Amino acid sequence: MNKETTQNSSLEARARKTTIQLAFWTSAWVMSTALTTFGPEYIWDYNTTLSMISVLLQLGFGFGMIFAHKQHLVGLDDLMRKIQLEAMAIALGVGLVVGLSYEALEASKLITFEPEISHLIVIMALTCVTSVVLGYRRYK
Amino acid sequence: MKNKLKVLRAERDWTQAQLATALDVSRQTINAIEKGKFDPSLPLAFRAARLFNIKIEDIFQDEVLDKNLK
Repeated sequence: MNKETTQNSSLEARARKTTIQLAFWTSAWVMSTALTTFGPEYIWDYNTTLSMISVLLQLGFGFGMIFAHKQHLVGLDDLMRKIQLEAMAIALGVGLVVGLSYEALEASKLITFEPEISHLIVIMALTCVTSVVLGYRRYK
Repeated sequence: MKNKLKVLRAERDWTQAQLATALDVSRQTINAIEKGKFDPSLPLAFRAARLFNIKIEDIFQDEVLDKNLK
């Protein structure tokens, strides 16, 4: 049986390579985000130059992560890509709808605390993971 | 969309895993296509046609078109 591939490496090898790249860029972005958040207060005492550098690093790693994620999606097969894209679309929608309602809760004084962006990120991440799991189960 | 992927695979005595490797997709994708749960992209349909050395329409059939012809 001849292998009918359109790309240079097998699906498994591509997925492994792009997953490692994605893990690297995501880890770098998370660490740079932590540095940007806590560095000014605990490490460099709000030094403007160092704060600027940390923000630029965070942006750089963030865009690297976006590109790595795109490459990861390109390397997947049709079905896996569809599952991932649907999960991302659902997470984006949930983020928008829940985010605005969360903001409205505070505006209408139904909650006493300030809405945090981190809560929204957690909800979006959980939605995305749940959607991926359900997607794989649907096409099992 | 209906398809004859399972029949064509069985005729050649290939497993889903072997066909998946040959088409550079996951075994789950082959299973989903065979069960009619997932329609492949045009590039994947072309790859399948090349692999089996037949025309795309001999593997995949439009159910709406088939109903209209009846």
